[in-house]
Amino acid sequence: MPSHPKLAAEFVKNKERAHWHDQALWFVRSKRDKAAQQIPEWELLREQASKIKSYTVSHLPDLLEEFERNATARGVQVHWARNATEHNEIVHGLLKKHNVTRVVKSKSMLTEECHLNPYLERHGIEIIDTDLGERIVQMQHMPPSHIVMPAIHMKKEEIGELFHEQLGTEKGATDPQYLTEAARQHLRQKFIEAEAGITGVNFAIAETGGFVVCTNEGNADLGTSLNKLHIACMGIEKLIPRAGDLSVFLRLLARSATGQPITTYSSHFHGPAPGAEMHIVLLDNGRSEISGSDEFRRSLNCIRCAACMNTCPVYRRSGGYSYSNTVPGPIGSILGPAKDPKANSTLPFACSLCGSCTDVCPVKIDLHHQLLTWRKELRVKGLLPFSKRLSMKMMSWMMQAPGMYRFVGKMARSIVPYLPRFMLYNRLNDWGKQRELPIIPKQSFREWMKQNHDDK
Amino acid sequence: MTTSKNEILSKLRSQSVPKTELPDLQSIELSSQWVRYENPTEQFAEILASVGGQCIPVKNVDDVNQRLSELPAYQEAKNVCSQIAGCGQPNVSIPEITDPHDFENIDFAILPGKFGVAENGAVWISNAGGPARTLYFLSQHVALLVPASEIVNNMHQAYQKLEFAENGFGTFMSGPSKTADIEQSLVIGAHGARSLIVFLVEESF
Repeated sequence: MPSHPKLAAEFVKNKERAHWHDQALWFVRSKRDKAAQQIPEWELLREQASKIKSYTVSHLPDLLEEFERNATARGVQVHWARNATEHNEIVHGLLKKHNVTRVVKSKSMLTEECHLNPYLERHGIEIIDTDLGERIVQMQHMPPSHIVMPAIHMKKEEIGELFHEQLGTEKGATDPQYLTEAARQHLRQKFIEAEAGITGVNFAIAETGGFVVCTNEGNADLGTSLNKLHIACMGIEKLIPRAGDLSVFLRLLARSATGQPITTYSSHFHGPAPGAEMHIVLLDNGRSEISGSDEFRRSLNCIRCAACMNTCPVYRRSGGYSYSNTVPGPIGSILGPAKDPKANSTLPFACSLCGSCTDVCPVKIDLHHQLLTWRKELRVKGLLPFSKRLSMKMMSWMMQAPGMYRFVGKMARSIVPYLPRFMLYNRLNDWGKQRELPIIPKQSFREWMKQNHDDK
Repeated sequence: MTTSKNEILSKLRSQSVPKTELPDLQSIELSSQWVRYENPTEQFAEILASVGGQCIPVKNVDDVNQRLSELPAYQEAKNVCSQIAGCGQPNVSIPEITDPHDFENIDFAILPGKFGVAENGAVWISNAGGPARTLYFLSQHVALLVPASEIVNNMHQAYQKLEFAENGFGTFMSGPSKTADIEQSLVIGAHGARSLIVFLVEESF
């Protein structure tokens, strides 16, 4: 898998686009701040959310059984999948049993994680993503670049061109209102034709056996209320103990995500309609592993609001695709290596440790601390690139020899300022990429101290 | 798939995760801090407007009819459904529909909402599972009738009103369907209703 720095370098080559992307995300982050400031008890809410999620993770097996018991009593059929393959087989099996060939799906990062779409397509099933952003990237045969705004990296001119080719909109049209209307007409047809609806799950409630799906477009509701078969796919960490806990999470989710007071639709599903079937697939896929880790357990608190990526200075400037992970940004950089440390070894370094992600996280995940911990873990696992290992070794050797440290410093101060640019700004010096090195002072701190204080 | 279930559960049980406490959200020390408004109805109307909806306080169903007749979306509607007796002039009868697809061409639906939430402009609607559930999402325009006395301050009060004893469906609906997936430009009317009007009705209906 290409490393994060390599893919990020591609993205930042286009300075204008990188700046535009940064601004678009910052706009969302600012809306989040305004929304949070309107709730006086915001910090109290975050604290409760964090406590509820920690309780859930510490009682997960019991709560999962409680959920299954209560859901089953309501006529919901519960399935368990250890990994993506099992998950996809279960979903396909259900569709096959009902002779379904056309499915509409509302946004679910879990099905992205499992690569459900290509799997079903290989088996001759048409699966249409119905969230507008997801539909746009699906038309491009690309994954989402953001978990809440899947097409945030695209310009309206590009979407206009895509719609012109695939939906027959006017060439050169870029008006969002016009393009959304075209998508509405196109997707309405898909809703009407579909024989089954797949949704993700934002929260599942152990106490009641129900679950909640949040959308702004109403696509999950259209996809499920028109059909006799509803399959909901969820990660086992999406559970909460009580229905009343939703009061905390629904207050935090949309405000953290987009700055809205709540999503337009927060739908509570408690059993199938008469004559219909409702299935829920519980997926582990590495989550139980994380729950066993004292360092990374809190990453399971995540409610996928994307506040951490909207605020992240690295995500905003490098784009979602540079992470090559279903979930990008700070939380993705924790979850990615947990699943496959080798393939995702560069992600915990795509971070300036500024801590902004930790500040905005509605469930108080200590994101930047976990990213730092990941760096240590990756070193222990021997997964650091040679360049990092070598430079750290040299640095450690120099730091342990004070005389050497002073000598190297002196040499640098007297030589570096006179070096021609090409010797400083080249591919060997990562610090000189896209920025000027700081001006080197004429004397060291030790020298300054000696001169100004030692003899006074 | 029982082997998968057993494997997942036994893996989770084999780990020593420190047990933590669940907060009591209804305790006085917490509940006394949840936001309250001097005038919840005003707050509700303001937030609903900010998310693209409209709130109209009225005295009774006759007033609703009057206000509806002034609405261009209602005047232009060819197919109208109503779940409120005496409200609107429906020409499609809900009880006769067994397949929700038959609601495909509904232009305007007048439907009941249980209560509203001041902090976020949401209205709780519920449905036992009949085809009428689709109307909330498939109709081009939606008007909800909510008892004026049923506005709570916040989501904590909302959940105290909710019970999930029966099978069924319910949703918090806050404004019309919308999207901002094209360059963050807000567009009202993505898949669901293009407009949402909430009538807060004083007299019972």
